[in-house]
Amino acid sequence: MSKIVLTNIDKFYGKNHVLKNLNLTIEDGDFMTLLGPSGCGKTTTLRVVSGLEKPQSGFIHMDDKEIVNAAEAYFAPPSKRNLNLVFQSYALWPHMTVFDNVAFGLKIRKEPSDVIAKKVASALERMQIGEYAKRYPTELSGGQQQRVAIARAIVSEPRLLLLDEPLSNLDAKLRVDMRSELKRLHHETGTTIIYVTHDQVEALTMSTKIALFRKGELVQVAPPLELYDNPCNLYTADFIGNPSINFVKGTATADASGMVTESSVGQISFDRADMAPDAPQSGKIDVTLGIRPEQLTISRVQDDTHRVEGHVYSGMPAGSETLVSVRVGGDMLTVKELGSTHYSSDEKVYLGFNPKKINVFDSTTENLIKYCV
Amino acid sequence: MKQNEQNYSKSRRLKNQIKAVVTNPYNVIVLIAIVLLTYLIILPLLDMLSTTFQLSQRDLRAVPGGVAGEFTLYYWQRLLASDLSKNLLLVPLLNSLKIGVGVSVCAIALGSVLAWLMVRSDLPFKPFFSLAVIIPYMIPSWVKSQAWLSMFKTPRVGGAAGFVASIMTSMGMSNETIETILSPIAYGSIAIIIVLTLHYYAYTYLLVSGALGSINSELEEMGEIQGASKSLILRKITLPLVLPSMLSAVILTFSKAIGTFGTINYLGSPVNFRTLSSELYSNSKSQNTQTAFAMAILMICIAALSVFINQKLIGSRKSYATIGGKGGRSTLIGLGGWKPLITIVLFIFFIVGIIMPVVILIIESCMLKEGTYSLSNFTLYYWIGEGNPNIMEGVSGIFKNSNFKLALWNSLKLTFVNGVFGTIFGQMLGYICAKGRGKLHGKLVEQLVFIPYLIPSVAFGGIYLSMFSKEQTLFGVTLIPALYGTFALLTLTSVVKHLPFASRAGTSNMLQISGELEEAAMIEGAGFFKRFVKIVFPLSKSGFISGFMLIFVSIMKELDLIILIMTPKTSTLPYLAFQYQNQNCPQASDCVAIVMFSIVFLVYALANIFGDADLAKSMAG
Repeated sequence: MSKIVLTNIDKFYGKNHVLKNLNLTIEDGDFMTLLGPSGCGKTTTLRVVSGLEKPQSGFIHMDDKEIVNAAEAYFAPPSKRNLNLVFQSYALWPHMTVFDNVAFGLKIRKEPSDVIAKKVASALERMQIGEYAKRYPTELSGGQQQRVAIARAIVSEPRLLLLDEPLSNLDAKLRVDMRSELKRLHHETGTTIIYVTHDQVEALTMSTKIALFRKGELVQVAPPLELYDNPCNLYTADFIGNPSINFVKGTATADASGMVTESSVGQISFDRADMAPDAPQSGKIDVTLGIRPEQLTISRVQDDTHRVEGHVYSGMPAGSETLVSVRVGGDMLTVKELGSTHYSSDEKVYLGFNPKKINVFDSTTENLIKYCV
Repeated sequence: MKQNEQNYSKSRRLKNQIKAVVTNPYNVIVLIAIVLLTYLIILPLLDMLSTTFQLSQRDLRAVPGGVAGEFTLYYWQRLLASDLSKNLLLVPLLNSLKIGVGVSVCAIALGSVLAWLMVRSDLPFKPFFSLAVIIPYMIPSWVKSQAWLSMFKTPRVGGAAGFVASIMTSMGMSNETIETILSPIAYGSIAIIIVLTLHYYAYTYLLVSGALGSINSELEEMGEIQGASKSLILRKITLPLVLPSMLSAVILTFSKAIGTFGTINYLGSPVNFRTLSSELYSNSKSQNTQTAFAMAILMICIAALSVFINQKLIGSRKSYATIGGKGGRSTLIGLGGWKPLITIVLFIFFIVGIIMPVVILIIESCMLKEGTYSLSNFTLYYWIGEGNPNIMEGVSGIFKNSNFKLALWNSLKLTFVNGVFGTIFGQMLGYICAKGRGKLHGKLVEQLVFIPYLIPSVAFGGIYLSMFSKEQTLFGVTLIPALYGTFALLTLTSVVKHLPFASRAGTSNMLQISGELEEAAMIEGAGFFKRFVKIVFPLSKSGFISGFMLIFVSIMKELDLIILIMTPKTSTLPYLAFQYQNQNCPQASDCVAIVMFSIVFLVYALANIFGDADLAKSMAG
């Protein structure tokens, strides 16, 4: 229940420039995911918001109240920011019981003990770990420890909840369970959440908005589906989506009505209306087509003249879906097909797709020039 | 954003910056630590240095036209470049180096072999051996020297002959023959090297066994798969991995060995074997403070040089020991056909090297006249006898003796007070070093704390004596009154001298506590002190106990450090034993040593049982 505005944040560790002039607004009630490969500055951003790190320049406002003003060396202490943090390592105090861990912050705030007991019980109940209150963290499984860490963070009803790769230490099945748990938590409490992860599936499934980082800079901030459908550049396109997007290099001739591309998947023409405003109006340019694997359809017969011929490199049926690698000209394309079909290697197949649904990027600037609509 | 920049105010920035520094107790503590360390370590050093350039009243005659208190190069010139240099400096220096190198080589070899056998081989009776191997660390080296003398003492030196000499006499050998055979063994460099090796190998053992324990045996197994023989694996894989800790052990041993005084006094003085530390002591005792300090500075330089060389040698490989981490399996290496032989040799070693000194001391403490091995000669006089004018000039047995009771009380008081203060300071400094890793203040504190380590114990006592016997004033305000002859001086000296160990133990202790545990509390609004009390302290309790024990053990047996500061009122057990020995009454000295050893052993055992404390843990890091 809180709006956070980061303005011109710069953070250095020694000479290492970790955050470069970062501007980010997190709206009230957002589930904002900071996404990116390791070392891109997402955790640092989280720590700067929490107050554990002090940026060298920039401002942070929380509900229009200034909490960081680096120019005046003003940094509100973490405890005054009405937020809480779940660490990647959980950081549960091993010498305290689950109850004491969760109650710690309330005790610091000198709340009456009956209130503490009630709040802790309710937080533990919400995370479904009420029966473990008397245990020590080491006596719990990883998933239970995770729940304790979250209970500790939400017990004080913070206006902002920060989560630093909270699921990365859990096994695959638990991770899926916790994902829906967290999404539910966000829905019930309405708390603004900032969530750090390098796992794009987590980001896509849980967030209301994703902020994608690269080397200390923001690349794109958008709702998950927008990020998936229309990544603003090749980096984003490549990072988002699993299996990852197919890139096909080609050339394009642009004119006022649109452009025509030439590549291993044939000649395709695009309408100006689907293109970015700053896309070239004329001339020849190098382009990269971005085709999501699920946009490709595969067929053993050429039932449509638009289909292009290819040869199966390998087929990987996995029950609910089948991934097929197909060699088309000099390119290798991954196709995702629902259900399981067996394709033998070197089998001749035909691929098709809807040109409206694919992205085109300018190879030189790497930026998106044609939207998926 | 524009608006914000307009609001920017320099005065507010300054105010906020000052507020941030002042209201953070961590900064305040760091500041206090740096000021205190400077005052207690840097200042005495500078004081010592400047003293060596000041002409003293008593040497006025030696320097024509000199004025007392004026700048002079007289002392340095006399020490380094005069006809006296050879006798005054060169001979003791060479002896010191001989002892230092000899002890280092022997102790490293012995300690490493024992560590390897204990950690990596399938040696039987390990629980027994691993306890026995620690015991020498608890017996002070001067007690071992005492036992050595009881064993090998020759008739010439006065007092009764030792055990071996008595046997030789009863075999009908003449005193001259005994002298020629036994004297080289009983006194001088060989005796000193053996006794000190039996003491200091414990350092190597603790450090190297720690390093060996953390090596993943898969590294060795990989070598085996590649077809390397056992000895090749040992040489090419295991040894390089533990080399850094072996080198640290060399430094530790070398600087301790050249700084040691008690053993030299016991085993060296009968044959006029002098080292820098014994010269330093006698110069201090005879008020030749300037010469003593000049020697101390030379010794500090030697120690600093050895540390420097060590760091160059280890370089970036420092972190080897932790590579591979603990988690890995550790497969023991079979000793094969050598097993019985090695076991027997080890047993003999422990019996001769550890049990025998203690037994000799106990036996000797019950002998009315030393050297006379007959049943009628056995007595408990030295333990519980009432004063008898014919024995020991009428001094009663130690349990009836007020001097002993005072010394016991002083020792307990000193070790306890030191243990508590030393541990608290050590852990606080360790906290600073751990939090400030890679930052300027962390490095500064780490360096400052390390300095007392380089100063030989005898010299350290000397500096503090000269510095704190007068009152300390600042702008006319008395900060510290004159401390000469007080318990406070004793405490101060011991705490500061043991800071390197204590803070090292503290650092490795604090490094084990993940920073996130504290950050989590910070988010919850816990202030610095609350965090320390609620999070840091409970999590580092066992480290506190280890640290306490390390300080307790080493101060209980401390002689070199406090020997110059001692007055009859503040005498401790080691000093009392030292006095008895010098008054030619080894039995009483033995009694005191046995009591002291028992206390050390008891405390160690208690801490081990109840505190899960580990000497090795506090030494590493």
